[in-house]
Amino acid sequence: MSMRGVGSAMSMREHLIAGGLVLLAGAASALARDPAAETPRLGRPAAPEIVSRLDLTVASDGTGLPPGSGSVVEGRATYTAHCVACHGAAGSGGVADRLTGGIDTLASAKPVKTVASYWPYAPTLFDYIRRAMPLTAPQSLDDRQVYGLVAYLLSIDGIVSADARLDATNLPKIAMPNRSGFVSLEGERFDGNLERGKTPH
Amino acid sequence: MPDTPDQHQEPVAGGGLLHRRALLVAGALSAGGLATGLKAATGARSPATMLKPGAPLSGVGERAPSAGTIQRIVPSLPFPGTGSSRTPLQLLEGTITPNGLHFERHHNGIPDVAPATHELLIHGLVRQPLLFRYEDLLRYPRESRILFLECSGNSGTIGADTPVQGSAGQLNGLLSCAEWTGVRLSTLLDEAGIAPQARWVQAEGADSAGMTRSVPLSICLDDAMIALFQNGEPLRPEQGFPMRLLLPGIEGNASVKWLRRLKVMAAPAFSRDETSKYSDILADGRAELFSLRMGVKSVILAPSFGLDLKCAGFREISGLTWSGRGRIRKVEVSADGGASWAEAALTGPVLPKALTRFRMAWRWDGGPVTLMSRATDETGAVQPPRSEWLAKYGPGQTYHANAIQSWHVDARGRVSHVYA
Ligand code: HEC
Repeated sequence: MSMRGVGSAMSMREHLIAGGLVLLAGAASALARDPAAETPRLGRPAAPEIVSRLDLTVASDGTGLPPGSGSVVEGRATYTAHCVACHGAAGSGGVADRLTGGIDTLASAKPVKTVASYWPYAPTLFDYIRRAMPLTAPQSLDDRQVYGLVAYLLSIDGIVSADARLDATNLPKIAMPNRSGFVSLEGERFDGNLERGKTPH
Repeated sequence: MPDTPDQHQEPVAGGGLLHRRALLVAGALSAGGLATGLKAATGARSPATMLKPGAPLSGVGERAPSAGTIQRIVPSLPFPGTGSSRTPLQLLEGTITPNGLHFERHHNGIPDVAPATHELLIHGLVRQPLLFRYEDLLRYPRESRILFLECSGNSGTIGADTPVQGSAGQLNGLLSCAEWTGVRLSTLLDEAGIAPQARWVQAEGADSAGMTRSVPLSICLDDAMIALFQNGEPLRPEQGFPMRLLLPGIEGNASVKWLRRLKVMAAPAFSRDETSKYSDILADGRAELFSLRMGVKSVILAPSFGLDLKCAGFREISGLTWSGRGRIRKVEVSADGGASWAEAALTGPVLPKALTRFRMAWRWDGGPVTLMSRATDETGAVQPPRSEWLAKYGPGQTYHANAIQSWHVDARGRVSHVYA
């Protein structure tokens, strides 16, 4: 199965040929023009300080983690103040997504997907809490509080110890329980649908 | 019905499916019915609207009052900005979704982004990080494409143990089709200069979820667009005003709205919305990541749940079909629960990665029937039966639910959702 050949430029050309239209050479090349060839190039250079101020990304290998650190004990206090109302005591039983428990349930009849049972990378938790939580006031917590929350949430299932203190160096080294539970569809052209390649054509 | 010669109603499959010629005479039939009705309703020569001037001009048009009841389907949610509203597909015709009825999926509300101060940053593995203002992008060469957009959670209830009784829009309305106009993403990436080791581009929205998705560079350079207009007008706020990513054929969530930052990377970021969510859990408990392409799919909208049949006789079965891989090749319809199938007519133009309307002539004999539709796309891929779809995934999987759907019509004309 090929996904090539469905792009608009190519299909436009195919269309014209299939329709038996006769075009002047000039008109044909105007239709097939490369948009990049006629661009006004209006982007303004962004200085490194601007880029680092705007760049919120923490990648799965920990790239982008800021300085600072936070402990399980500090994180528990932050959680009680800012998170428990929605996510429940110790990360479960709240109105919002369950964050803890469920380890080893994924292949069962009732898979429970939580940060602890499902997420492949610990730095993602820092990235997400820092950008999106608490829901009512995203980006209101400082980096140390976020490190503490990551430490506290992961300590509930014993993924880190109760006396852990996390920072940019040790957070990326945490082994998440479901780290090897994912299959990337990169080799399948990002097409996971059941019918892909099933039918000869 | 003396004006309907028998050859127009030649059956092509069980359950009353008719040859497509029957669609051509359907107009004549309904016009006849209408004329009788009007004569009965009024004795006057002209309706009242012809006897006095109408309403004045207006700055923005509104729907006819009787059409005003067509609304997005909005659920009640614990956090009102976190969730989705659905397009009432069964109340619409053609393929283009009116802008005000385009489904919504937000993770923390709709931001109020000021176009004058909003900037898009392109950085990471590029020769020169660049900032673009909205007014800058308005000066770039534009292109327009008619494209479907489908949330990967659309039709997710197909996995439920018993069929959820809901309208076609409630079940499948995380789906739209619009003419999107904007700037090719490759134009802007080329301007920044892509480094040789680049493979992915992380897109980030200016919403309070800070929505982020990693998109393969190959898709960004193929047919991705930064959309600025939707069906001719600037994007609606709930569709990402002033600018959004638009990835043809790809699950909706990756077409990040309120786009503020594109980071060119060597590997995906593995952010929360591409690992914890929008990953597909398999029967063995593993999960597929970066399941981006939407599969081949079709749904029948007429008849469907909530649109019960009032009398037996001729009518049209119609619905929508689409594939993230390109064009639709054919849609087959069954009116006997899948025992026999007949090919429906496709209303052209059949565009790649866009919705296509299909129609099938049908004479309902008044007995119970089960209607189904099955699409095949230009790659030859066929929409799978529900049983096969279920077998691939683990319990609770709701993404990429493109299995065949079935409506049952009982002897009273009541339509319900069934598993056939
Ligand atoms: C007002 C309610 C609310 C508060 C307070 C709140 N959250 Fe959330 N949280 C949510 C909702 C709703 C979601 C799901 C968002 C979505 O669907 O995109 C969520 C999602 C999450 C997730 C992702 C879960 C997953 O499995 O993908 C994490 C982690 C999280 N919150 C952590 C926190 C932390 C830590 C705090 C405290 C700093 C917090 N939340 C405070 C409502 C809340």
